[in-house]
Amino acid sequence: MKKSKSTDAVLVTAYLQGDESALSTLITRHKQRIYSFIYSKVFDRDVAEDVFQDTFIKVINSLKRGKYNEEGKFLPWVMRISHNLVIDHFRKNNRMPKFENNSDFNIFSVLSDNSLNAENTIIKGQVASDVRRLVDELPDDQKQVLMMRIYKDMSFKEISLQTGVSINTALGRMRYALINLRKVIDKHNIVLTD
Amino acid sequence: MQKMYSRSSPSGQVDKNMVPKDQTVRFLLNYSKALRVFEYQSIKFETLLN
Repeated sequence: MKKSKSTDAVLVTAYLQGDESALSTLITRHKQRIYSFIYSKVFDRDVAEDVFQDTFIKVINSLKRGKYNEEGKFLPWVMRISHNLVIDHFRKNNRMPKFENNSDFNIFSVLSDNSLNAENTIIKGQVASDVRRLVDELPDDQKQVLMMRIYKDMSFKEISLQTGVSINTALGRMRYALINLRKVIDKHNIVLTD
Repeated sequence: MQKMYSRSSPSGQVDKNMVPKDQTVRFLLNYSKALRVFEYQSIKFETLLN
């Protein structure tokens, strides 16, 4: 009973003289305030537990090494150590607190990944190669216009200049190329969707 | 993996009655009992006795 009424300074002195139970009293007296303070910053029970433990390991080391002076008060000193360790914790975690999904809100419901998954990437590649094979079956003049328009992204004006035919002829060849492609696709029931 | 620049909002006020696990306190008391600091020619040595 006597010990629980002693001031922190008396307990610290007793601890420095080898009374281990004084430390127990100090921890019991202040654990709630220190732990709540840490938890209010980190919002994670496990992290709070770790920071609390590290705080008192520092406290014990400093006391046993005789680095603590009675100028300051015990609790503010411990609070400052825990505050510094909380800062160290956030620094270690890339300077940002960790995000954890909970039942109310999941970050992936608003963040989407537009890249294709492995299966769709394979399907897309197969469709592209199927179309390419069908294009190879077209008559040369149609194939030439279609390749320039679709794969090289040239305008019909550029196509007409390069192939030496009029724009209308190039447009006509493109039209027939697409009609022929559709015919082949329909005829062989080729599925070109992903 | 992209970085998460968001933080979950604390649900309600922090409970002021939170305490560390007994296990943690016990560990600290045992650590304290095991730790000895010796001074030899103004150099301090720490030893942990299990």
